[in-house]
Amino acid sequence: MIFTDYLFYLFSSILVLASLRVITANNPVYSALSLVLAFFSAAGIWLLLHAEFLAIALVLVYVGAVMVLFLFVVMMLDINIEALRQRFWSYFPVALLIALLFIFEIYLVVTDKFFSSSDPAGIPLEKSNTHSIGSVLYTDYLLPFQVAAVILLVAIISAIVLTMYGKKSHKAIDPKDQIKVNRNDRVRVVKMKSEKKK
Amino acid sequence: MQDFFSQFFSPDVALTLSYLLKIILIVVPVMISVAYLTYFERRVIGFMQSRIGPNRVGYFGLLQPIADALKLMFKEIVLPSKSNNFLFFLAPLLSIAPALAAWAVIPFDYEMALADINAGLLYVLAMTSIAVYGVIIAGWASNSKYAFLGSLRSAAQIVSYEIAMGFTLVGVLMCANSLNLGDIVIAQEGGISQWYCWPLFPLFVIYFISAVAETNRAPFDVAEGESEIVAGFHVEYSGMAFALFFLAEYANMILVSILAVIMFLGGWLSPVSFIPDGIFWLIIKVAFVLFCFLWLRATFPRYRYDQIMRLGWKVFIPLTLVWIIFVGAMMQTSYAGYFH
Amino acid sequence: MRKLISNISKSLSLYELLKGMKLTLSYFFAKKVTIQYPEQKTPQSPRFRGLHALRRYPNGEERCIACKLCEAVCPAMAITIESELREDNSRRTTRYDIDLTKCIFCGFCEESCPVDSIVETRIFEYHGEERGDLLYTKDMLLDVGKKYEKQIAKDRQQEAKYR
Repeated sequence: MIFTDYLFYLFSSILVLASLRVITANNPVYSALSLVLAFFSAAGIWLLLHAEFLAIALVLVYVGAVMVLFLFVVMMLDINIEALRQRFWSYFPVALLIALLFIFEIYLVVTDKFFSSSDPAGIPLEKSNTHSIGSVLYTDYLLPFQVAAVILLVAIISAIVLTMYGKKSHKAIDPKDQIKVNRNDRVRVVKMKSEKKK
Repeated sequence: MQDFFSQFFSPDVALTLSYLLKIILIVVPVMISVAYLTYFERRVIGFMQSRIGPNRVGYFGLLQPIADALKLMFKEIVLPSKSNNFLFFLAPLLSIAPALAAWAVIPFDYEMALADINAGLLYVLAMTSIAVYGVIIAGWASNSKYAFLGSLRSAAQIVSYEIAMGFTLVGVLMCANSLNLGDIVIAQEGGISQWYCWPLFPLFVIYFISAVAETNRAPFDVAEGESEIVAGFHVEYSGMAFALFFLAEYANMILVSILAVIMFLGGWLSPVSFIPDGIFWLIIKVAFVLFCFLWLRATFPRYRYDQIMRLGWKVFIPLTLVWIIFVGAMMQTSYAGYFH
Repeated sequence: MRKLISNISKSLSLYELLKGMKLTLSYFFAKKVTIQYPEQKTPQSPRFRGLHALRRYPNGEERCIACKLCEAVCPAMAITIESELREDNSRRTTRYDIDLTKCIFCGFCEESCPVDSIVETRIFEYHGEERGDLLYTKDMLLDVGKKYEKQIAKDRQQEAKYR
């Protein structure tokens, strides 16, 4: 075994353990942090496959932005673990069904032609990783890529619309109005003669 | 270096040793400059407030950072009650690790980088963006409402300013046609007029201000906000644990400054043709950018939180988008030469 | 409309921020006002209120007549006085303690004293290594007075016309 193989087993065992921890941890903050660890080890595995652009993008987008917001919300939760446990058995049949479905799908993929496909890391790239992803995205997959972009734009706009209130519901002063103020709006310098004593 | 070690060891060991030595060669100067940046900061801010700053320990106070470091090392680390012990000690490590890891791809001169990878710029962005975990976990694990408020503020602020910062870097990428930091510098060859701070001037200013916000420095230091939330996320930390946060903050400051120099101020390139290029230009330029950081801190009062958010989302992001579209359009005209 | 344009151009050109930075830069090069303490000291007023002292008359008789006005006026209750008749039937203190950890250096004791006995000197560089060290007894206060009598007398003389 060469060094990268050891790295692969290291990263994948961390990935599996961290993913298990995501679903078994009592504290949701631990779950979120384990998910971060899982993303990191996934990025490590991708790096071993010479997919450095994807690996860094995974860290940048999921670890750097998405999980920060997740943590942001999860940290503020006040969860009663006992209350959650009581409902466990009522959800169990549905969860079991979904789990079986997933196992079946994995079975289909693994037994079909998964292991017969060639090693993607073995194919040398003509240009840099970033360059090849860009050229594939903007030629072969142009339409799906643009559709995805438009869907994201719609999502952004709808998020903005959802948070826009018609009427201002608070008394805080808008910073927009504050920075427009200059000295002459607030201060009036009055020149006066000194009053005479009577 | 590898050749030197391979006289004594097997090739694999020699490679590892040469990398370790290179890492030490980067980390030690970074740590020393972090120490002296704190001294520099106190002197500069002192001067701007008509004071003289630390001048007692050693000649001109030059041993002050060492005295501070010793003091912090010998202080007791106090563990708050009902805090989460594991995460409490993990947080300082999580904040210093990315601050140092990002230095791996920084080029200091031609062919002088630890890892000359193609997606170097993205790597640095990723590393600076995960630095926020140290702050968030510190705030949550401390079991203190001040620390928690500080970490919430910091999380929201860093995520917002990262977007503006990312967009300014897109402008640089468009001009340089590369994600490799060394190639970005080499694309700016040919004297001061070729530096990207001229065609991308608005992006340069926005990058600089976002960098100040990203490193939680004044006037964007609401995460610490002494006047409102005591010391923010690191209020419960003392001794070496606190020192690690401190080191991370200053290492990040130097990192974003060196990035500004590499992307907008021509890195190690000389501004005029009759003086040769070299690493000393990089050091001079970084020192100037760092001086601007301290200058900002000495000048401006702290922003209010809603104003920070407004500046990030409603001013910087639209402005950078407009300038990127402008640059993109200009590149298709006959003026494209000004933007390369 | 013109106001809008000038507002936008002003905030985009960072005009006011640069103005502020210019000001701080000018102070960067300005003369520094720091007094480097042990080597340099600020001038003191003759009315400076520092460490206390008990004075004596030039003939060696202690001034304090144990009227206890200072004890009464002291807002921090830092002064404790006990008195007895001396053999020559004059009233003198047997105990005169000032707890300097309580004292707020308001100077009321000095002002209330009818015989200029308790005074505050210019000394401010004293310390105690234990808590008890700052409880000044009568003997210690008299010693301070003896040591600095010249300076104290000069300061009283200078301020006499304002009292």
